[in-house]
Formats: sequence, C-alpha cells, structure tokens
Amino acid sequence: MNEALTLISFGPDGWGDEIAQGVGITISLALATLPFGLILGFLIALAKKSEEPSLRNAANIYTTIFRGLPELLTLFLVYYGAQIGIQEGLKFLGVETYVEINSFVAGMVALALVFSSYASEAFLSAFRGIPQGQYEGGYALGLTHKKTMGLVILPQLIRLALPALGNLWLILLKETALVSVIGLSDLVRQSGIAARVTKEPFLFFGIACLIYLVLAMISSAGLSRVEAWSKRGEVNR
Amino acid sequence: MIAANPATSKAPPPPPARKWTNTRILGHVLMALWIVAGAYLLFYLVSNIQSPFVQKYGMKYVEGFGVTVQIVSLSLLIGAALSVPIAFARSSKWKVFAAPAYGYVYFFRGTPLLAQTFLIYYGAGTFRPFLSDVGLWWFFRDAFNCAVFAFALNTSAYQAEILRGAVQNIAKGQWEGAEALGLRRPVTFFKVILPQALMVALRPYGNEIILMIKGSAIASIVTIYDVMGETRRAYSRTYDFQAYIWAAVLYLMIVETLRRIWDKLEARLTRHLKR
Repeated sequence: MNEALTLISFGPDGWGDEIAQGVGITISLALATLPFGLILGFLIALAKKSEEPSLRNAANIYTTIFRGLPELLTLFLVYYGAQIGIQEGLKFLGVETYVEINSFVAGMVALALVFSSYASEAFLSAFRGIPQGQYEGGYALGLTHKKTMGLVILPQLIRLALPALGNLWLILLKETALVSVIGLSDLVRQSGIAARVTKEPFLFFGIACLIYLVLAMISSAGLSRVEAWSKRGEVNR
Repeated sequence: MIAANPATSKAPPPPPARKWTNTRILGHVLMALWIVAGAYLLFYLVSNIQSPFVQKYGMKYVEGFGVTVQIVSLSLLIGAALSVPIAFARSSKWKVFAAPAYGYVYFFRGTPLLAQTFLIYYGAGTFRPFLSDVGLWWFFRDAFNCAVFAFALNTSAYQAEILRGAVQNIAKGQWEGAEALGLRRPVTFFKVILPQALMVALRPYGNEIILMIKGSAIASIVTIYDVMGETRRAYSRTYDFQAYIWAAVLYLMIVETLRRIWDKLEARLTRHLKR
C-alpha cells in the first residue's frame, strides 16, 4: 500500500506531477474544443432548419459523415490527412519538407467535427421546442430578424438544449482519451508511461479511470448549476 | 368560332420564381462542394481499385471486417445478457443491490472506453499469479478476449440503463392488469412488460449497436487486427493515405446500412401504432 502511495505521490519518486500534467492537457483539450464545436454545431442546426433544401442537404451530409465514422478514424483522417495535404500543397509550390501536425490541434479539429455534428442535433431539437409564436411575437414588436434571434430565441434555445449539450460535454471529455494515440501527453498517455515504467498497469490505469470519474462528477455538478441558472426565469409551480 | 372564355381556359399562373437569396446561394455552393468532393472520392477509389495497394491489402480489409463483426456481436450479446441482472439490481428496492449496480453503471459510463480497455488488457498482468492460480490467465493473455471483455462490460452498463428506462416507462396498469389476471411476476415480466419495453428501447438499442461498431475501432490499439487495425498496419507499411480512405468508406457503409435496416425494423415492429 505504501509503495502505491509513493508511486502516485508528487516529486521525483512519484508520478503524481506527470499525471497532473496529463489531466491539465485533457481538460484544456476538451475546453478548447468546446467553443468551436458549439458554434459550428449551431450554424449546422441553422442550416438544417432552413427552408432552402440544398442547404439542408449539405448539412445532413456533414452530420451523416461525422456521426458515422468512428472517432478514432476521424482523428487519424485529420492528423495524417492534414499532414499529407500540407506536404502535397508545399510540393506543389516547390518546397519539399516534412511537416508534422501538432497533435493538440489535430485532436481539437477532429473532436470539434464530431462534437458539432452531434450538437447540431441537440440544437435542432431545441429549435423545434420553441413555438412559432415566439418569432411572430418578436416581429410584431418590430424587432429585426437578427434581434429576434438574439434576444428572444437564443435565450430559450440555450435552456432547451442544455441537458443534451451537457451529455455531449461528458462524451467529449471521454473522447479526448483517443488523442493519446497520436502522441498527445494527456491523462491516458501519461498513465500509460507510468504503468510501463513502474510495471503497475492496474494501479495507473485505475487511477486514470478514477480521475475521469471525478472530472465527470465535477462537470455534472457544474452543469446542474448552469441548468438551474438557465431556468431562473421559470415560474415555480 | 367563339373564343373560349378567357377566365376558364387560362392555366393557373406559374408559381413565382424562387429568388436567389444569400441562403440559396450558400446552400448551392456547399452542395456543389460536396458533389465535387464525392465525385473526386469516387474517381479516386475507382482509379485505385487495380492499384497494388488494394491487391495487397484488399483481402486484409475483408478479414478485418470479419474480426470487427465478431468483436461487436460477441460484446453486444454478452453485454445484453449481463445487462438484465444489472438493470434489475439497479431498480431494486434494496440498497444492497441498487448501490453496487449504480456504481457499476456510473463507472462504465463515466470513463473512456479506451481507458477501460487498457485497464483490463494491461491491468490483467498485475494479477497474473492470481489469474494463473484460478486458471483464467489463458483468457486474459489474449488481446481479443480482453477487448471483448472490456467492450461487453461497457455496453452492459449502457444497455442496463436502456432496459431500465424502457421498463420504467411501462404504465403501472400493465403490471396491475397482469396481476388481476393471476399471472405470476416472472410471467408478467417476460410476456407483458418486456415486449412493450423492447419497442420503446428499440431506437436506443440501435444507437448502442452503432456506438459499439464505432467504439470497436479502439480494439486496434491493443494489437487486434479489425478493420481499423488492418488500416493502421497497411498505412504504417505503405504510407499510402488511401488506407484510411477505404476504412472511412467501409465504416460509413456499415453504419449507414445498419441505420437504414434499423429504421425499417422499427417501422415494422411499431406498425400497429401507426394510424
């Protein structure tokens, strides 16, 4: 037991600081992906509920692709695809070099693609939950389309979409683990290194799992506070 | 000749032409991009169908597909079997059953599948003396068994939640009605409640199958040559990006086919609800 405690302690003997760094990378990757995924997802939801069929189809193709591909494959497609694409592009310009894509950025792009296609569904079903009268009321008050969207629809939309988006955030947090495969020193990779060096795989992967659980618990607590905040305008009945 | 009455013979005016609004332009531009990309992809795939890459690795992909199907179907079946007792324990009145089941479900739904797979595949080594003693080491020595084991535990937690949600969704009157008819509780459950619950659970089950197919790509990281594993092997030997393109096309075809079959199945099973 003492041995295990030394192994996970901070400092030169323990792996605590390495793992803490990994946790930092995991959290920052998830946080960095979130805004892009949300904005892209919102735009795709707008396209999906548009009256223009070509725009709807384009958006549907996007979600079909990124919801159908395994996340791991999307990650490899982005990571190696961008690498080869840039190399070919440079070759076209007459420069021959070896380009390596930053694995953090590749992970961010891949996770944002997946997140946005799921988030668009969440936003779309939230849009369906807002009655037409809300738009009409906004126009009747003389608000422009933009103002109606920003002041009337969006606040309600966020409240309706929050539970589904909260779930997606938890999924995103777990999916960041995949980025360890392309060499980003996140929680899983750091625990893997610790496990190989100390020959205590069960201990370190167990700790990694527990840390993910704690992150999920903190997120759920935070999310329920945000949800309560978003519902503060509702009448208690 | 009497001219036909202009009021009756005139065709209805044609609908006004749709204007080229910004949205319409954007939609057409995006669709054009997709069509060009799709046409290029098709051209790329067709022009590569005789390439040495496909000749060398084509059969490998088929073998990998077989492994993926095995992993997914085994894990789903074992997971389904495990999910029934877990769902029962989870909705039990007694804390002794409910609390561990809750913990189990929370653990497997709250941690990444990748970390769970590593925990079982590499972690089993920690218990090697013990596992050898009880004669289970041969099982955990094999990556395939470990992956199936991890995936089955993972999907059992998700399936337990689906099952529990669906059973709870059934109106209490169904239980009471069956009791009034003098049916015993197990009979009630299997003949009255479960068939109705499965109807509700059909869509989440379909999603779970698709999630499992996508998740099974993780098996490639623990040295299993499923579709993803073969892809990675082919890419590491040739550095030919078409390895990943073929994999993407294959996975998309699998998932889309399954989704369509599932939609048909659902329409068929719930046809008595359509009016």
